[in-house]
Amino acid sequence: MASTIKPAGNQTFFGHARYVVMSNPVTLIAMSLFLLIIIIAIFGPYMVPYDPLASSAGNALQPPSWQHWFGTDQLGRDVFSRVIVATRLDLIISVSAVAMSFVVGASIGGIAGYQGGWLDSVVGRFLDTIMAFPLFVLAMGIVAASGNTVQNVVIATAIINLPFYARVARSEVVVRRQAGWVQAAQLAGNGPMRILFGRVLPNALPPMMVQISLNMGWAILNAAGLSFIGLGVRPPTAEWGIMVAEGAGYIISGEWWLVLFPGAALMIAVFTFNLLGDGLRDMVDPQRRT
Amino acid sequence: MKKSTILPLLAVKNLTVQFKTRLGEVTAVDDISLSLKLGETMGVVGESGSGKSVTSYAILGILDKAGFVSGGTATYSGIELLPTREATMRDIRGREISMIFQNPRAALNPIRTVGDQISDVLLEHAQCTRDTARAKTIQALKNVKIRDPEQRVDAYPFELSGGMCQRVVIAMALACKPKILIADEPTTGLDVTTQRAVMDLIVELTRSNGMATILITHDLGLAGQYCDEITVMEKGKIVESGSSKQIFTAPTHAYTKKLVRATPHGALNARDLLPEDLAAKALPLDADVDRLIKGRRHGPLLELESLKKSFKGQKSFLEFVRRQPAKAFEAVKGIDLKIWPSESVGLVGESGCGKSTTSAMIMRLLDPTSGVIRFKGQDISLVSREAFVRSPTRASLQMVFQDPSESLNPRFTAAQSIADPLIRLMGMRDSVAMTERLHELAQMVGLPESLLERLPHQLSGGQKARVGIARAIASEPDLLVLDEPTAALDVSVQAIVLNLLIDLRIKTGMAYLFVSHDLEVVRLLCDRVIVMRAGEIVEQGATADVLSNPSHPYTRELLAAAPKPPTFLSDDALSGEVMYE
Amino acid sequence: MNRLLVITKRLLQAVPTVLGIVIITFLLTRALPGDPAAFFAGPAATAESIAQIRTQLGLDQPLPVQFMTYLGDLVTGNLGQAITTGQPVLQELISRMPASLELTLFALLISLSISIPLGILAATHQDTWIDQLCRFVVTAGVSLPTFFTGLLLVYVFYFLLGWAPPPLGRLDIISISPEHITGFYLIDSLWAQDFETFWSALKQLILPAITLALFTLAPLARMTRAAMLQALGSEYIRTARACGLSNGKILRTYALRNALLPVITTLGMVFSFSLGANVLVEKVFSWPGIGSFAIEALIASDYAAVQGFVLAMALLFVALNLCVDMLYTFVDPRVKLDG
Repeated sequence: MASTIKPAGNQTFFGHARYVVMSNPVTLIAMSLFLLIIIIAIFGPYMVPYDPLASSAGNALQPPSWQHWFGTDQLGRDVFSRVIVATRLDLIISVSAVAMSFVVGASIGGIAGYQGGWLDSVVGRFLDTIMAFPLFVLAMGIVAASGNTVQNVVIATAIINLPFYARVARSEVVVRRQAGWVQAAQLAGNGPMRILFGRVLPNALPPMMVQISLNMGWAILNAAGLSFIGLGVRPPTAEWGIMVAEGAGYIISGEWWLVLFPGAALMIAVFTFNLLGDGLRDMVDPQRRT
Repeated sequence: MKKSTILPLLAVKNLTVQFKTRLGEVTAVDDISLSLKLGETMGVVGESGSGKSVTSYAILGILDKAGFVSGGTATYSGIELLPTREATMRDIRGREISMIFQNPRAALNPIRTVGDQISDVLLEHAQCTRDTARAKTIQALKNVKIRDPEQRVDAYPFELSGGMCQRVVIAMALACKPKILIADEPTTGLDVTTQRAVMDLIVELTRSNGMATILITHDLGLAGQYCDEITVMEKGKIVESGSSKQIFTAPTHAYTKKLVRATPHGALNARDLLPEDLAAKALPLDADVDRLIKGRRHGPLLELESLKKSFKGQKSFLEFVRRQPAKAFEAVKGIDLKIWPSESVGLVGESGCGKSTTSAMIMRLLDPTSGVIRFKGQDISLVSREAFVRSPTRASLQMVFQDPSESLNPRFTAAQSIADPLIRLMGMRDSVAMTERLHELAQMVGLPESLLERLPHQLSGGQKARVGIARAIASEPDLLVLDEPTAALDVSVQAIVLNLLIDLRIKTGMAYLFVSHDLEVVRLLCDRVIVMRAGEIVEQGATADVLSNPSHPYTRELLAAAPKPPTFLSDDALSGEVMYE
Repeated sequence: MNRLLVITKRLLQAVPTVLGIVIITFLLTRALPGDPAAFFAGPAATAESIAQIRTQLGLDQPLPVQFMTYLGDLVTGNLGQAITTGQPVLQELISRMPASLELTLFALLISLSISIPLGILAATHQDTWIDQLCRFVVTAGVSLPTFFTGLLLVYVFYFLLGWAPPPLGRLDIISISPEHITGFYLIDSLWAQDFETFWSALKQLILPAITLALFTLAPLARMTRAAMLQALGSEYIRTARACGLSNGKILRTYALRNALLPVITTLGMVFSFSLGANVLVEKVFSWPGIGSFAIEALIASDYAAVQGFVLAMALLFVALNLCVDMLYTFVDPRVKLDG
């Protein structure tokens, strides 16, 4: 675009973002929590009081106290440190899975929706086959078949999330394909891929943003679920799901802190991403800009 | 027509309606008063934002949550309507005062049979018992002239046409024989012939039931033909009211005058549509006459030969089982037409006639099934749709789309939208030349330069239309196809846009293919007109000839269906170009 | 007659889906890196037994031949032997299926009876505190990891309050399972008029069912609310109001019935989540269904069992989706023959 053509109307993108965040307290809370989680993920491991892997048999199963805010687990490890350190791993797993899923899914869905015809049918069949499985079960099958590693957990999570993005992208593209401005873009000499990736898909970002955020929550739950049943992450790695699994046996006899803190951390992370979805949509949708 | 001279049936005094919005309270209706007598048909006419619909919603108590009545009264036969208990209003709605809306198919519950919906109303107002409901429902359907009412009573809305759905809605509204019928844009979106049938039905039922009707519409011509009294509203206020003949022949308020002038019916030429001050300043039309002669010196700009388009149908299950081929839908069945340089040709027809498909094929947005499209002597149907994007001919064939809201990329500013063809088709990279050209185009279409940085949702309908036109002419096309460019616009804005198109034609010598369902507009803009029906051309010729002396019965039907308000022309036998019954 | 044709068409449409499932489960085990024979032989196998398994299962044959053998096996019900129990996989799956189904369906019942009224409540009181509360509860519900909820519920209701029985399976220690008719303990015990067993089975079922229900509550409530709001804002509701129909009639007959259509469609997605979450719930509550069978099989690297589990779950899901589809065709008159 030539430099003389300025983008947008009276407010810049960041001005609008600030307006959205300020006018809706829930979005503000969600954004703050999100930043907090990011900060913990990046800097957490450098700031924890104890080594998350250091076991101390004599200190096992201590309830929360001033020395150990979240108590200690069955091997005497500090639960607080482990929960903080686990943030990074859980986020990496979900972010990579969702990123992969989004890029591939939105592209496939977008192209299928734009071109139509046999390509659309083939892609539709492919997606239908994935969705014919209960998704968590499919993830179990993929990890079991390809080997019990963290990479495979990421790939499996990415595969099972693909249909969501593909479907949303496809339906948004189909809706916009017949719009006057898309036809006008063709008349102005733009080729189909340029229109699809340069204009239609960006225009379809608001609903996909909500989907990404919700999916991030779902991806975190998935990864944690897989590690809860023993797939992916192995002990002594600190990860929220596996910590809950290790603590499951102890909660029945009353040692609740092994399960509560990692579980609560999981819940807060997912909750944050879910709330963020709505705020993101407001920010990205140009109709809302004054 | 019986007119009661005693008390008005409906009396509205000083009604004010406001809405709570994020930016404060907005007044939609400001201190209006009107009265309706039994047997009277009143038209409430106004453009978008005039408050005409809000008035009736307020009277019936079905305003949006954010709306409230902040002043005034409304009385029906002595009963206070505002404020009143919801239970009282519910008794009145449907039984004393009924309302029908735009878009009939959406107005019916899609998963409930038509008969059940009518019976619900009858049962609610205790007009029948469960046993007699069916019989009464069938009678209600008979009253609105639906054929085979005994079968139709069990039909679902998706099985009926738009016109039939509107009849069902009318049946629901009149089932309990109310005294007042409020019709809010009942014919918008319907074909011109269906429109006439529906309006005739409403008028007849009003007369036979001895009711009063309020017709809310943006179409002054429609109100003129069917209403005794007309009330004109602008921005929430009543600007004028009187008999429809008086409004048309001797309007007093400036806005009414503007509306009457802008209503295409009866105008001699496009300049007549403009308010008098603007008409005086406009370019003279004499410069327009030479272009036809000049144009004919060359070969035709566009030639269509036996152009066909069929869409592959989806195989139904039975066809799949019986191994039959899927039925194809033939949208365009082999048409021939020619357009000469600088000529303006109108393509007219109702929905489903194939005119949009034809214009899409001419634009090469769609590939024809067979036939030849020759543009400037070159057969462009040989080039595929995808390849045509890169062809040098792309720049000379451009289009203006129907709905301005939908034809602009919501994320692009006006400048970015207009610049798109400049960058892609004209290869313009230099920002100085670009700015210059943008300003030039903005001036040509009468768009203030300050609006170039705005997003579509910050522009009015007329402004968006101008942006669409600027974008289309940016690449200096030889042929401009306009697909119902003014259908979604207010009538006064339409007047301005039509005149703009004429000005552009004078300045650039472009040829126009004007696709429309509105014969009046075509009359004012086009030299020749082509009438299409069910994929075929049924008549074509010079506009004046076809419209004054149509040879095909369908053309005659179209002409007859167009609304005819009482204008001074109808009294004048020497009206010149156009004659009406 | 029309309905019959639509049903037949839906059934026929399911065939390629089933085929796709079969192909994918086949590929999962044969076409991935690593030696499938080693997987099937188990972690404790020697080189000889691996070679033996390889010829036994035909894993040295070309892929298309293997696929044909696989299909043949499936049709005769041969899903291999489970290493953990020594029983045929098919038998294990069949005997454990009722436990999982009873849990899933009972949880769905609880979920629907809460989520639909909740959604309607939120929609009819839009933007009031009731609506905000409902949305908050729903968002929280969607954020809770199932296994975490289950453990918390056990902690609170068993350990702290003592209301719930220990999470040891479908029945408490003293009860005997009722005579097998459907495999659903609730139904079978009622049939045999054994009310003590019925009560025991119900007590054991409640906590895991609530855990599972909490998970499916969210999408159902959300969809009900959205669908009700859309229905209430439609033009046909405006027509109904303008004709003077009562609020109750509008809500029940005109809004709710229309709103239920997208909710029924959502059930398909809900089943997908539900069957997956089922596995986690079965682990937490030691529920003897196919989920816990799969988890044990995963730990023991019992390959045939895991494959059988994935196949069984997928086929169950297809069957459930077909039921939802059928239900939808009966409720929506617009469903056309070729739609």
